[in-house]
Amino acid sequence: MTQPRRVLVIGSGPIVIGQAAEFDYAGTQACRALREEGIETILVNSNPATIMTDEDVADVVYIEPLTAEVLRRVIMRERPDGLLPTLGGQTGLNLAVELAELGILEQYNVTLLGTSLETIKAAEDRQLFKETLEEIGEPYLDSAVVRSTREAREFAVDHPLPLIIRPAYTLGGTGGGTAHSLDELDQIVTSGIQASPINQVLVERSIAGWKELEYEVIRDGNDNVITVCNMENIDPMGVHTGDSIVVAPTQTLSDREYQELRTSAIAIIRKLGVEGGCNVQFALDPESFQYYVIEVNPRVSRSSALASKATGYPIARVAAKIAIGKTLDELRNAVTRETMAAFEPALDYCVVKIPRWPFDKFRLADRTLGTQMKATGEVMAIDRSFPAALQKAVRALEATGADLAWEDPAWRDEDVLLDHLRRPTDLRLWAVTTALRRGWTRERVSEESGYDLWFVHQIARITDFEPVVSGSELGEKVVYEAKRLGFSDRRIAELAGVDVEEIRTIRYEAGIIPTYKMVDTCAAEFEAYTPYYYSCYDEEDEAPPLDGKRALVVGSGPIRIGQGIEFDYCSVQAAQSLHSSGYKSILVNSNPETVSTDFDTSDRLYFESLDDESVFEILRHERGESVADVPMILQFGGQTAINLAEPLSDRGAAMLGSSLSTVDLAEDRERFEDFLSRLGIPQPDGEAVTSLEDAIRVADEIGYPVLVRPSYVLGGRAMEVVHSSNHLARYLASSVDFSPERPVLIDRYLEGKEVEVDAICDGEEVLIPGVMEHIERAGVHSGDSFAVYPGFNLFPAEVDTLIEYTTRIALELGVVGVVNIQYVIHGGRIYVLEVNPRSSRTVPFLSKVTGVPMIELATKAMLGISLKEQGYEGGLWPRMPLVAVKAPVFSMAKLRGVEPNLGPEMKSTGEVMGIDIDFAPAFYKALLGSGLSFGPGSSVLLSLAESDKRHAVEMIDHLVRMGCSIYATEGTAERIEQEGMPVRMVTKRIGMGEPDVLDVILDGTVSGVVNTPGHSESEVLDGFRIRRAAVEKGISCITSIDTARAVVEAMWKASEAFTVQPLPDYRKVVSVKY
Amino acid sequence: MYSSERSGALVLADGRVFRGDSFGSETDVEGEVVFTTTMTGYQEVATDPSFRGQIVCMTYPLIGNYGVNDEDDQSREPWIAGMIVREYCDEPNYWRSKSTLGEYFKLHGIPALTGVDTRALTRHVRNQGAMPAVLASHVDDDGLPGLIQRAQHAWTPADEDVVAGVSVGDITEYGSGEPHIVLIDCGVKRHIIDSLTNRGAKVTVVPFSMPASEIMALKPDGVLTSPGPGDPENVDGTAETVGAIVQSEVPYFGVCLGHQLLSLAIGASTSKLKFGHRGGNHPVKSLDDGLVRITAQNHGYQVDASSIPTELGWRVSEINLNDGSVEGLAHERLPVFSVQYHPEGSPGPKDSDHLFDRFLEMIDARKNQAREVGATS
Repeated sequence: MTQPRRVLVIGSGPIVIGQAAEFDYAGTQACRALREEGIETILVNSNPATIMTDEDVADVVYIEPLTAEVLRRVIMRERPDGLLPTLGGQTGLNLAVELAELGILEQYNVTLLGTSLETIKAAEDRQLFKETLEEIGEPYLDSAVVRSTREAREFAVDHPLPLIIRPAYTLGGTGGGTAHSLDELDQIVTSGIQASPINQVLVERSIAGWKELEYEVIRDGNDNVITVCNMENIDPMGVHTGDSIVVAPTQTLSDREYQELRTSAIAIIRKLGVEGGCNVQFALDPESFQYYVIEVNPRVSRSSALASKATGYPIARVAAKIAIGKTLDELRNAVTRETMAAFEPALDYCVVKIPRWPFDKFRLADRTLGTQMKATGEVMAIDRSFPAALQKAVRALEATGADLAWEDPAWRDEDVLLDHLRRPTDLRLWAVTTALRRGWTRERVSEESGYDLWFVHQIARITDFEPVVSGSELGEKVVYEAKRLGFSDRRIAELAGVDVEEIRTIRYEAGIIPTYKMVDTCAAEFEAYTPYYYSCYDEEDEAPPLDGKRALVVGSGPIRIGQGIEFDYCSVQAAQSLHSSGYKSILVNSNPETVSTDFDTSDRLYFESLDDESVFEILRHERGESVADVPMILQFGGQTAINLAEPLSDRGAAMLGSSLSTVDLAEDRERFEDFLSRLGIPQPDGEAVTSLEDAIRVADEIGYPVLVRPSYVLGGRAMEVVHSSNHLARYLASSVDFSPERPVLIDRYLEGKEVEVDAICDGEEVLIPGVMEHIERAGVHSGDSFAVYPGFNLFPAEVDTLIEYTTRIALELGVVGVVNIQYVIHGGRIYVLEVNPRSSRTVPFLSKVTGVPMIELATKAMLGISLKEQGYEGGLWPRMPLVAVKAPVFSMAKLRGVEPNLGPEMKSTGEVMGIDIDFAPAFYKALLGSGLSFGPGSSVLLSLAESDKRHAVEMIDHLVRMGCSIYATEGTAERIEQEGMPVRMVTKRIGMGEPDVLDVILDGTVSGVVNTPGHSESEVLDGFRIRRAAVEKGISCITSIDTARAVVEAMWKASEAFTVQPLPDYRKVVSVKY
Repeated sequence: MYSSERSGALVLADGRVFRGDSFGSETDVEGEVVFTTTMTGYQEVATDPSFRGQIVCMTYPLIGNYGVNDEDDQSREPWIAGMIVREYCDEPNYWRSKSTLGEYFKLHGIPALTGVDTRALTRHVRNQGAMPAVLASHVDDDGLPGLIQRAQHAWTPADEDVVAGVSVGDITEYGSGEPHIVLIDCGVKRHIIDSLTNRGAKVTVVPFSMPASEIMALKPDGVLTSPGPGDPENVDGTAETVGAIVQSEVPYFGVCLGHQLLSLAIGASTSKLKFGHRGGNHPVKSLDDGLVRITAQNHGYQVDASSIPTELGWRVSEINLNDGSVEGLAHERLPVFSVQYHPEGSPGPKDSDHLFDRFLEMIDARKNQAREVGATS
């Protein structure tokens, strides 16, 4: 095979549930690996918040929507001779297949690199896959599509009960079940067939309770195969592996099963002919050697990212090299340098991964876990024992119950507890510890939860040790054993009923401090050079403190709503900037999916939880004279890192850039109000209140609607726009903990143009790369808004004021580094909504659009290098001759019960960017990227709030002129008729008339829904079913009239007439418009 | 650095002490300390005769998870001198499990320590080499100097012909089919025998000391020399036996020690590796088909590449991809081959399982050839 010269790499697009930061990691590694071989790389991705779209990762970077048409145009322009399809998740793979099927690859002589199209199909097509397995005698789980009880009974002849019945095409999979007898089978099949719109059900042998295992396999073109890692799901079969707690390597298999499954995985990969990385999933009977092959992913995946971080073996890098014809025996192991990539990592530690679910944001979502993944991200922890790794991982979640001590008060009722053991939810682990604490036998806990008894024994080591800590004289031996089991100082203190400081004193006096050990792929058999470490309470330390100037970058932990990949982007950039400034960069993070936890991103990586204890211990370990010798960078790790400012500063740690008092001032409502009024800068009227009476009084004074939120959380959590005193009382009763220590903020809700500014300040000057305007009026969370660069509706005088305010606030607040300020322009006045003295989620977007390396400038400013010395000056950066639109992307379809309507609480999981020389095409591209457009000639359902109807007339007119058919609910239809436009009425009264509003959504009549709810509860409830139906059907669902109008406007003006060109070219093009 | 008051200790000849808690037999033992990186298969490790006289440090920290069962023993009893682990699991859960590893060790008089910083021990052995040591299940600080003294003169498997201690005393037959393979037992693992009988062969296991003439009298279609413990140069007489068999042109397959004995028989030399190859992840590249296979390994000695008499038609057929050491030998004409690694796995991968097929094919080819010769003469 001749090595390709130019290779196209397709990214995975926006972060959605099931496709997160792991593909930024994979794509970045791939581009770097190819460039090492002298190959030019062309990268296309729609997600600006990625390291892979940095202009130094690939030779040519396109931030464009991921559609076949866009890729065709890229191919036409760049003429790559190779395409790497297997590193961009399912999105990248599907597009590669589409390009091949459209004949585009052939037309332009582009070779598909690595795993062939035939192999991909053979792995992804259920039928072909079964045939392949049959040929090599590997067992698979048989299933049948049946249309009658007779057919179901026929299937039951050869397949032992219990059987699972799944109706085809029902929303949320309703109507299915598990049959333990033939009678039950008849019953469930009958009801399932009725529930299915096409009267079909899938019948399959139930293997609920079986062990679920995964093997990560790599094969090269010479047929060399290795397995990098195997993993065991603690949650048995039935829960998506992305939603399972996973341990690596497997813990409950003897060598016999371990090798049998490994041999099977290798045989399958050889038979399929995969060239690159791939993942094989198995189900194994816990009481025999019987296993089934569940599925194969013929590409790198979330699991391979996890396996890479769990072992130190860079799967994506090796897969990319294999794709261009390299073989495993000629590639070096980058970790040991001496040995080759053809070997299998040996672990000498235990790895635990726990998913991070969004249920803290979505209180009403169905928390039951099943075959549809619901987690947005994950954490990983490494230690020398399972209990220690588990407890660390739990701390890394930064979620409800920061440790395993948490119990739901409702579980005092045994039946409720039992339900939480039986029904898989995000809380099951805590239900297990609760049951153990309550004296349930381990066997019973294992039986009810489906956790293998081995795991229950191990978890019981934790719960059994709790009374040892609380019941004894707290000596060093008990503390040592507690630390070996992974208890935090805080938890030990809590159990012992003493102050945490006391535990630290005992520890430090006895020399009970963590040691750091290396992740080296080879269990210390060979010397290794990776600066990749984890902590454990063991005897020998392998990470002597770095010498010279150094600084610690605190990452942002698991991907979650409100704290996404943007912050990983910032952390990576910060580490690189430190390095290029002559500092040794030390990075700490707990997220296995990311580029920041790649071992060659920083000079030293600590894979640790981001709690104050873990981070402080690193500082202590790396310190010279004092912990302040290793200053921390906290501005880039989102709220996670900022939250560490106070506890760590209190213990003597030093922060680079903005000081703790700057952070405090910005977060303290009263002080900040004083600060702004001193500067003469307006902000909405508001007050912090601690009782319902006060709240109602303040709201009456300000006037409804008011914006209500708790004072102790930022980022829009539990925020709401409240329209009446009843509504206010309801909100306060249900949504927030309300106490004198935790006041609630009530602000005047100003409807107006929302504007966002990111700036860099060195203490002397303030550089503002750009001003962004939101499409939606204030009230929709900024993370869920379409943001447009530049602020195209702003008057020059408004921009001047924004620059002036931003400059003064940054300087007066004492910002050194980055700051994000959100404004609302209401009635011609500019109000400050929020100041965040840290990196925001728009930083990568703005950096890419303007070409200003914001994080690099900020990091260097924090090191004392002024903007001037860096060749920049204060003020607004020249406006680029382009328009860029950041569009939010949601994962609503995957979260049953979640309200798709947007409000002050953030709901999106990711973002895409549309960039062009004009607004309409840029916006249109953002829509293409986010999947929100309807397309000309489609059918659209409208159901609008009374107040929105008058704003919708022009939009409807445009839809009609574009050949769209309009469906509308009663009131909306009436209004459209009055305007003399064609419309078909569908009733909101579900089941009361034909067709009702759900019918036209579910049967595919309409391909887009615009539903803007009114303020009354009944309107909201009505709309909820419409919106859920739309998102579950997977069609575009718009809930803001502003968004809808912009969408239609963009379709009206742009259609296909958009530009496709490398990112930097947009900044060069001089447009006549400006 | 704090270290809790642990009852036992592993004391190395160079004075380094690793503390741990006893979970096996409450005894002391001398031996050579080595490490293996296999992540599963502690029962197979314990019962692999090649580990005779060695105190084995498991680099994977969680040991004992699935207990001990009746089927996975690789020989009639455990042979390791002792075991060192980081995190012994006394509460296994596994459908085949019959007892805990601790109970098993107690039953067989094998001491073992848990709670040891096994990674520190592994790094030490990697840097300083495998060395004599004493494992004491109970010792206080006052007792340590004496143990250090003792460790300096501790017995190790290099001190004697340890094969004599593990080989069977008499002849045992397995299977009843074709062909007939005589297996010279220097410390055979159960799965080697199974790999042959599962392929239809009859296997006669004979003591390592059986002279070539007696072996030939059994009319073998092929001879396999098993793996085994210790320094190949200490094995009394077996190299000569192997030499005679090879000369007689009976198909020969040498595994591990069997490979080293073949090398000695043909005039090559062996030498001790610094800390050996032990684990289930060693890449071996075949110089015949160019493929790399992941192999199970357990050896402390290697065949010196430069000493192989290539002028007599011998060649290196496989090499270790990590350090380039000799992993396989073949002859240009004779029906003989050998490998340094363990195609039977147990524990470890069975990617080289096909070698048993190759051996049987070699035997077949030899038989056919003999028949043809017979027919034409």
